[in-house]
Amino acid sequence: MKVDNKIDPKELDDFPGEETPLEYQTETGSYNIFGFWMFLGAEIVLFSTLFGTYFVLIYRTDSSIPPTEVFSMGLVLAMTFTLLTSSFTSGLAIHEMRLGNVKRMMIWIGFTLLLGLGFLGMEIYEFVEYASEGATLATSAYWSSFFLLLGTHGLHVAMGVAWFIIILIQIKMRGLNPVTANKTFIASLYWHFLDVIWIFIFTGVYLLRLVIA
Amino acid sequence: MDLDWDEFIVTGEPFILAGQIAILLTTIGIIFVLTYFKKWKWIWNEWITSVDHRKIGIMYIIASVLMMIRAGVDALMMRTQLAAPNMPFLGEAQHYNEIFTTHGTIMIIFVATPFLIGLMNVATPLQIGARDVAFPFLNNLSFWTFFWGAMLFNISFVIGGAPSAGWSAYMPLASNDLSPGPGQNFYLLGLQISGIGTLATGINLVVTIMKMRAKGMRLMRMPMFTWTTLITSLIIIGAFPILTVALGMQTFDRLWDTSFFTLQDGGMPMMWVNLFWLWGHPEVYIVILPAFGIFSEIIATFARKRLFGYTSMVFAIAAISGLSFLVWVHHFFTMGAGPMVNSFFSISTMAIAVPTGVKIFNWLATLHRGRIRFSVPMVWALGFIPNFTIGGVTGVMLAMAAADYQYHNTYFLVSHFHYVLIAGTIFACFAGTIYWWPKMFGLKLNERLGHWVFWIFMIGFNVCFFPQYFLGLDGMPRRIYTYFPEDGWFSLNFISTVGAFMMGLAFVIFVYNIYYSYRYQPRETTGDPWGGRGRTLEWATSSAVPPHYNFAKIPEVKDQDAYWQMKQEGIDPNDIEEYHDIHMPNYTGNPFIMSVFMFVGGFGLVFHWWSIAIIGAIGIFACMIQRSFSRDNGHIVPAEEVREEEAKIREVKANESGQ
Repeated sequence: MKVDNKIDPKELDDFPGEETPLEYQTETGSYNIFGFWMFLGAEIVLFSTLFGTYFVLIYRTDSSIPPTEVFSMGLVLAMTFTLLTSSFTSGLAIHEMRLGNVKRMMIWIGFTLLLGLGFLGMEIYEFVEYASEGATLATSAYWSSFFLLLGTHGLHVAMGVAWFIIILIQIKMRGLNPVTANKTFIASLYWHFLDVIWIFIFTGVYLLRLVIA
Repeated sequence: MDLDWDEFIVTGEPFILAGQIAILLTTIGIIFVLTYFKKWKWIWNEWITSVDHRKIGIMYIIASVLMMIRAGVDALMMRTQLAAPNMPFLGEAQHYNEIFTTHGTIMIIFVATPFLIGLMNVATPLQIGARDVAFPFLNNLSFWTFFWGAMLFNISFVIGGAPSAGWSAYMPLASNDLSPGPGQNFYLLGLQISGIGTLATGINLVVTIMKMRAKGMRLMRMPMFTWTTLITSLIIIGAFPILTVALGMQTFDRLWDTSFFTLQDGGMPMMWVNLFWLWGHPEVYIVILPAFGIFSEIIATFARKRLFGYTSMVFAIAAISGLSFLVWVHHFFTMGAGPMVNSFFSISTMAIAVPTGVKIFNWLATLHRGRIRFSVPMVWALGFIPNFTIGGVTGVMLAMAAADYQYHNTYFLVSHFHYVLIAGTIFACFAGTIYWWPKMFGLKLNERLGHWVFWIFMIGFNVCFFPQYFLGLDGMPRRIYTYFPEDGWFSLNFISTVGAFMMGLAFVIFVYNIYYSYRYQPRETTGDPWGGRGRTLEWATSSAVPPHYNFAKIPEVKDQDAYWQMKQEGIDPNDIEEYHDIHMPNYTGNPFIMSVFMFVGGFGLVFHWWSIAIIGAIGIFACMIQRSFSRDNGHIVPAEEVREEEAKIREVKANESGQ
């Protein structure tokens, strides 16, 4: 395994042992992961606020088009499967990373990226479709909260895609080392988190519509 | 937004003209001084790019003090306007509205919060025996996002016009219809940008405290200030994202015609009130809990006793932090929530008085039979107890929902929150700054001048705010810009204004004391300057020439008052047999540049100038990518260099004690 020669060897001494996963091997690396969990805590609060807003405004479509008339469950189901699969492939990438198979890991990250881009493409198509039927950010309180919640999630997915691309380039340039492994691990945590949020969106925004109409 | 040039720059108000001239002169002055003394390189290399927690802490404190001057001048203008009935001082109501809005916003967001974060930055890593915070790069970014967010908010009064919807920015008052122009946009984006920094600090300090404590420092051995820092950071993580979303939604309402808080299209103005206070109430504890921590340290040190009831103190902070999220509706008891809801929030609010009372009694018990030394930090701490208690008791009065219908939106409320925020937070800022001053600058502030500042401020504070309780009970509403002679509010208002100017005078003496002490005070070389009473680890380091790595060897902790215990057992933590290499992070200019781009992007959004906003966004992403690809792994301070540095300090110490 190629080890980045710019890593401070002292830091490696602090976390010795072959059994320690690569991403935890530097002190900074383990801080980064713990810090990222804290950041995810903040993200949970952020999305909770958006969900809260959505549920407060759920009947406030005013005189605008109601969601029952525009939601297309087929597309939403496709988006759901795409994103859930991408979460699985990002997990496989981490599995390969732990085994030290750089090539396979990069392939799985590549799959994750493609699925993420596919999800984004479908979401953009969905938004354009809704807009053509008269539901935009400025239509009514309900649609404002709908687009803000889904838009925020979509923006996070786009950021995740950009992040994975940057990491892929770095692995290509510098090989797998405690630093790149750490970055990959954190990015995959982020990706799983976006998947969890989507499950809440799928049930709370789309499925709920089938029940309460 | 189409703006003419003469609308872009605010004109027509003599005070704003004075402000503009002052800004221009200060800018020219700073540029001249830096150029004349050839300090540009120095300020970039040593300060702007610094990732050293103490330097960042100092920058936080300096920026907060500057903001305090601005918001303090706002306060004095308001008090002058209200000193007598029908005062023509400020001209029109709109100008007064802008002043109370910026006063409140700046004091909470750009003074209290960053001042305490500055003190946390200075003291927390030292107290836990760490060399720096967990994420030094992020720490620098936190400071600069706060700074440029504050700058974006502040330029509003000379460019485009200041916000005028109150610091709580209630909708629909803050909407385009009722607050036209860019003023409210400055508020939204300025707070949003600085909020990034606050959240980052919260995460940074949690990781620092959880992961970087010295060997032997269990959670229940942490100094009380570290405890309050930890819990405050957790509150920040839980509360600030709510503000982020709320500000974002109001920004969307103003910039992109969404209907979150509007009156038409199904919008819900009450939701703003709820979200704002869901953040706003925990924010109150973000600025009071660290103050409690500072007072706990100071009282234990100057009473020369172990803090009484340490465990109950920890549980009290934890309880307060939990309750802080459950009381937000008490900010709007009168807005039609119904008796059940009001009762719940009334009771949960009063419940906060219980753990707070525990803390008050613990401080008093610490003082009991202590060998008290009335140094300046200690007198601030002692002044805090009765004044804060007055604020707390009136808080319980306000917590009674039924009675609140009487006090709501009167000066009674104004007086209450100034009693808790000034006697709590601002006293703590003074006390903490003076207490840790030797750690920051290697000298003590002059004690005689310090006592003058304390007494003038303390008396001025009570003269200013105590009459306001009675004004409130007399029915004087807050946020009015003038009143009539027949209202009968003249004499109490006049007394209050006198008190405000006394506080202003005390502040001026405080600033003079900084200059005076820099010139005439002897350097501090022992590292334990408060008569050898230091109890926690920060006093185990040298303070005359603070080395950038804090501890040559990380001390081992065996007690809650780690350094006190070492002194009792005659252990010198600086007596080191073998020196090791120390790994430290490099300074970096990236966060400064990134924050400037945030400022640029925010400025573009304020005026709907999309091209400028996009330039800002591209700049931010470019900085993030640069950071991601950078291979900066810091530098090693060789053991030999550590030894030399330590020997130098030892020499200074020996010379001093020999004389």
